[in-house]
Amino acid sequence: MTRTTRRPAAEAVTFPTARQRPLDPPDELGRWRREAPLLRLAYPDGHLGWLATRFATVRAVLADPRFSNRAELTHVPVGRSARELSSLRFPPGMFLRMDPPEHTRYRRLLAGQFTVRRMRLLEPRIARLAAGLLEEMAAAGPPADLVRAYALPLPSLVICELLGVPYRDHDRFQRDSATLLGLERGPEEKIAALDGLLAYLADLVRHKRDEPGDDLLSGLVATGGLTEEEMTGVACLLLVAGHETTANMIALGTFTLLQHPDRLAAVRDDPDVATTAVEELLRYLTIVHIGPTRTALEDVELAGRTIRAGETVTVSLAAANRDPEWFDRPDELDVRRPPAPHLAFGHGVHQCLGQQLARIELRIALPALLRRFPGLRLAVPPGEVPMRTDMNIYGVHRLPVTW
Amino acid sequence: MKVSADTEVCIAAGMCALNAPEVFDQHEEEGTVVLLDPEPPAELADKVRRAVQMCPSGALKLQE
Ligand code: HEM
Ligand code: SF4
Repeated sequence: MTRTTRRPAAEAVTFPTARQRPLDPPDELGRWRREAPLLRLAYPDGHLGWLATRFATVRAVLADPRFSNRAELTHVPVGRSARELSSLRFPPGMFLRMDPPEHTRYRRLLAGQFTVRRMRLLEPRIARLAAGLLEEMAAAGPPADLVRAYALPLPSLVICELLGVPYRDHDRFQRDSATLLGLERGPEEKIAALDGLLAYLADLVRHKRDEPGDDLLSGLVATGGLTEEEMTGVACLLLVAGHETTANMIALGTFTLLQHPDRLAAVRDDPDVATTAVEELLRYLTIVHIGPTRTALEDVELAGRTIRAGETVTVSLAAANRDPEWFDRPDELDVRRPPAPHLAFGHGVHQCLGQQLARIELRIALPALLRRFPGLRLAVPPGEVPMRTDMNIYGVHRLPVTW
Repeated sequence: MKVSADTEVCIAAGMCALNAPEVFDQHEEEGTVVLLDPEPPAELADKVRRAVQMCPSGALKLQE
């Protein structure tokens, strides 16, 4: 490659999702990160935008209020429905796709529910739920699919209890979330899944008004600050963001540790290592592997280029979290790595609202699993584990294990 | 060591309360930073520096 900084539009790249090695981001991203801070990216809807792969550039974009996260401005970088989704409007209350000050209003209403202290109060309950699932898994006997037996039910149970969503409905919302997050799903399917989820949650929100419980949604209804439609959007965002992400970290984290028995033993036996390992797995695996995206509201000078108003930048959190400018030996999984800021939860005003919950869930879930099944191992060769390259959130579709 | 916190800038991510709970707490309703000790003792310096470094919003300022 000779022309690196001035790549003409004809040479624009497309966003890669196929991986050479399942636990490393596509090699192209690493190569482009070395070549230039910003590359032209061709979007499936015909838009010519940008791709940022360096830690500093990604952070600069996410911290800059001249870049918007509004859904109707964005172009979607990958997926069968990218073209249709690029013009989709999001329902009220989905504050991930809003800008300040509208975004701030929702975030302030919710942030108090997700403080470090509040999340710590959930620890004993999360530990009991984990222990219960592990006993069921043991009773059913090997082999098991760890995703279905443990990784998915645990965060689903936790977010259901927190929000006040009946867990018995999990088949329904897990199916709809999976459709929403599938890159190969068609636009009609996706819109139907979103509508289905919103209808289900609208019912639930109305029910909370008549019969409030001791849960987050009832609390929000009681404050009266949000319309029913807004509440439904908030519930939808929290439910989807709250279970798929942590579930994939548990399963993919286990898959990773099973391939490194020395590190697995350290996570199992040393509580201090469990803490640093969770941070390192978040960085190393960066399951939000596509985007996010931000769209320039005005012309922005960045890293020597001009991003014009209306152009969408896809920031690769996965590539940024392997940037050698920021991390020593970035491609190495070092479960004792001293904590340093990483981008697995994003950065700036949209940085993950549920991050302290996710940290606690992972810190409990991984050691509890490894201690309950000291002989845990893969039931198939690693190459046969189906990877989620076809989903918005990376991970494994199934993890066959035995003990 | 002196530390200050701007609650207007804070996005309530909680990295401060996680890393240096002796010095930072979070507001009960809004989740934004509450400064418990604007002049933390020297033995907490490492924790406070880490909290400031990990804060995603730039709400915390440090004077050493
Ligand atoms: C390991 C697990 C998780 C990861 C890797 C993760 C990752 C992320 C990322 C990267 C963003 C920023 C997206 C952007 O800037 O466009 C985000 C936002 C968000 N996350 Fe998470 N997340 C996780 C768990 C959770 C959990 C458990 C919840 C539970 C409530 C949650 C709720 C949210 C919400 C509500 C937002 C939007 C925040 C805003 O726009 O202000 N996440 N997450
Ligand atoms: S770490 Fe920063 S943004 Fe997060 S609560 Fe503390 S001051 Fe606010």
